[in-house]
Amino acid sequence: MKPFATVLEAGTSLTNKTGSWRIERPSYVNRLPPCNKACPAGENIQEWLSLVEQEKYEDAWREIVKHNPMPAIMGRVCYHPCENACNRVVVDNPVGINSVEQFLGDMAIREGWYFAPAAKSSGKKVLVIGAGPAGLSAAHHLAQLGHKVTIKESQKKAGGMMRYGIPQYRLARKVLDAEIKRIVKQGVDLQLGTKVSDLNVLMKEESFEAVFLSVGAGKARTTPFPTEKDTRVFDAVSVLRDMEGKDKPDLGKRVAVYGGGNAALDVARTAKRLGAKDVTIIYRRNREKMPAHDFEVEEALEEKIEINFLSTIKSYQGKKITLEKMALDKSGFPQPTGKTERMEADCVVLALGQGVDAELFDGVDALKMEKGIIPVDEQMMTAQEGVFAGGDMVSSFRNVTISIGHGKKAARCMDAWLRGQKGASSKKHDLASSDRLNTWYYEKAPRRNRKLADPAQRTDSFDEVIKGLSQTDALSEARRCLSCGNCFECDNCYGVCPDNAIKKLGKGKGFEINYDYCKGCGLCVAECPCGAMEMTPEEN
Amino acid sequence: MMKNTSFNPKGNRTIGNRLQEACECTVQSSKDRCNSLTSGHRACQGCGEALGARWVVDAAMKAAKGKLLVVNATGCLEVFSTPYPETAWQVPWVHSLFGNAPAVATGVAAAMRVKGKGDVRVLAQGGDGSTTDIGFGCLSGMFERNDDVLYVCYDNQAYMNTGVQRSSATPPTASTATTPSMGHEPGNVFGTGKNLPLLAMAHQIPYVATASLSDTRDLEAKVERAMSFSGARYLHVLVPCPLGWGYVPNDTIRLSRLAVQCGLFPLFEAEDGEVTSATKICEPCPVEDYLKPQKRFANLFKGDKKSDKRLAQMQAIADANIRRFDLLGDEENCK
Repeated sequence: MKPFATVLEAGTSLTNKTGSWRIERPSYVNRLPPCNKACPAGENIQEWLSLVEQEKYEDAWREIVKHNPMPAIMGRVCYHPCENACNRVVVDNPVGINSVEQFLGDMAIREGWYFAPAAKSSGKKVLVIGAGPAGLSAAHHLAQLGHKVTIKESQKKAGGMMRYGIPQYRLARKVLDAEIKRIVKQGVDLQLGTKVSDLNVLMKEESFEAVFLSVGAGKARTTPFPTEKDTRVFDAVSVLRDMEGKDKPDLGKRVAVYGGGNAALDVARTAKRLGAKDVTIIYRRNREKMPAHDFEVEEALEEKIEINFLSTIKSYQGKKITLEKMALDKSGFPQPTGKTERMEADCVVLALGQGVDAELFDGVDALKMEKGIIPVDEQMMTAQEGVFAGGDMVSSFRNVTISIGHGKKAARCMDAWLRGQKGASSKKHDLASSDRLNTWYYEKAPRRNRKLADPAQRTDSFDEVIKGLSQTDALSEARRCLSCGNCFECDNCYGVCPDNAIKKLGKGKGFEINYDYCKGCGLCVAECPCGAMEMTPEEN
Repeated sequence: MMKNTSFNPKGNRTIGNRLQEACECTVQSSKDRCNSLTSGHRACQGCGEALGARWVVDAAMKAAKGKLLVVNATGCLEVFSTPYPETAWQVPWVHSLFGNAPAVATGVAAAMRVKGKGDVRVLAQGGDGSTTDIGFGCLSGMFERNDDVLYVCYDNQAYMNTGVQRSSATPPTASTATTPSMGHEPGNVFGTGKNLPLLAMAHQIPYVATASLSDTRDLEAKVERAMSFSGARYLHVLVPCPLGWGYVPNDTIRLSRLAVQCGLFPLFEAEDGEVTSATKICEPCPVEDYLKPQKRFANLFKGDKKSDKRLAQMQAIADANIRRFDLLGDEENCK
């Protein structure tokens, strides 16, 4: 029987290539997440958070150590500029990146994860001077690139400022030791208690083909104010260094700390733990202008440390300190007011910043200090060919993370130089700024913070103040990551296409746009939560 | 009807989630969705109706385990999907007239029963013109007889394919070809039109729901729920129309979201004539946020006092919805 109605074959519309309507085309892009951009060590934070999210913890740790060989340390002492840059702030609070890094670092120590040795030896000998964060980082990366690395360190133990500057309550020494041991274990020759006197002679004698200098900035700055012969004035660098020796410094019951940086807080909190009753920080500007990080100031205040803002020390005689009150002028600079105050202290600890010890390079003409640092070019090389430098000695912005980044960069540039090439900086994607995101798709999810030890009890010992996250909390934090600028396979593009013009390729493979049918409406781009798509005009 | 997926704060509102098993995700996230309305159809760029129809029919196909028959009224959806000799449908699909889709569906369901194919389910669909105006008599009959059909209305609030004429679903103040933006009360007038979901509820049918393109999981859950009943069921889906509403095509889903968030389009479910659930709104946005991006409401934003009063009247409609369906939520229960 002839059908009484018109019958059409299913899906015959496919002959109609609606892609010809398009004037703009969508495509997938990768953008640089702000956390990655902000990381001085150059970690691919988003990538390792994504691995944690999938509960691939070891893979996540191995992703971190491609850039930073000390995650457990950084998870404790890094000032996490990544979190300050985190786009999640437009939804609720930044992702607790630093706490997840600590979780992974601690897990790696517990599980005994080690670095695989380099696949192939380069046959080249390189020297690292100074076993601080920059030196250790450089040594790790150089070893991974197949070079034979020797580290010479003048102190009795490795770690640099991580050991002799950061108090134990912020970084437990067993953590520090474990991460250093892991770096050394991959075949790095660590020579302790070895001070280098003549660099050029040493390089020739021991046939090093390149050297990385990272001796830090361990010379305390002092400030002149009148004292008497017997008054006790120390500097923060020495006090914190002596904490690692057998005889702990004797600071007395009433301690005044002069300065407003992180070292001032470290010394003040150390003094409290050594048994000082009254600890007062004297700082010439106000809280807003204080260079110390806010959370450290908070923790210090919780520990009943007093801060005397807008004050300078005029004199320290007997046990009496004369303070002059200051007022900030229009440019925010402190100006003396002439008003004075008095207080008493058993000692004053100066925490006024640190400089590079220039005497080390007296014999090397090419290594001249400029503005208190050793200048290096963009390859991290000093004026002397083959001599590279990094860490606190080359920059006035100083912290552990920056040093680790220097170590990595210098190692790559040294490797290139040894092969007669130049270290190329990889091209960066455009920033995945928050205006690229469609944040409607992200639900609020409270941040899981690390717990702090009770302020009343924590000054009784040097035990760590910050406690690590549980696995559940670390997982939850990682899953709060918005994946800015990179597809996390949410299927939105695939689901919202009115023209069925996006093909889902399957887990881990992403999606493909069928331009035969895509009309260029842009819904996929508008509804991509993480800004991993863009529209571009069609060429005629 | 939101499925609880507090599992991952990144994947609760998105269509899929790589960390979830396929069975916990939406039909639209599945590689195996049936793509009932496939590529090559001639809907405009960013068409909300084309998108809504695929979501609904794919979900219904899944719920009916592939045994589904679709009856389509005349309208945009029918015109753009089946220009002779092509069809974009990949499901058994029949079209007859503008006004009789509910009656045809009733007949198809009866025929299936008689032929002993009672497991074949029937879905009828049309735009707001065929549903609220031309086919309303047939639809009301289908409801009162409680025929075993899921009727889906894709509401784009005017007759779009014939050139944007007013329907009884056109909102007040919207300008259309027949309610032009001129005179002292430009656009469609207040106090006219009908609310089909409420009319459907008045028929005491087993299931009535509204859905939006802003929430795939919610829409699919409602289709699934509807398919679990026998008898007459009604689903009303708001589908923005870039051409008729006057906005850029990539705003289709954003406007769907705003329509829900301002309260003008409440999302709710009703069984046997009683509301059983409503999607809470956490922070209602002013109706202005929803209306302003649309050219059809441009007359509201010309700046004189008279139009301010009309904007307030629009807000009052949204506020009344929020009260009527108890839409205000707190952190715990809102989206």
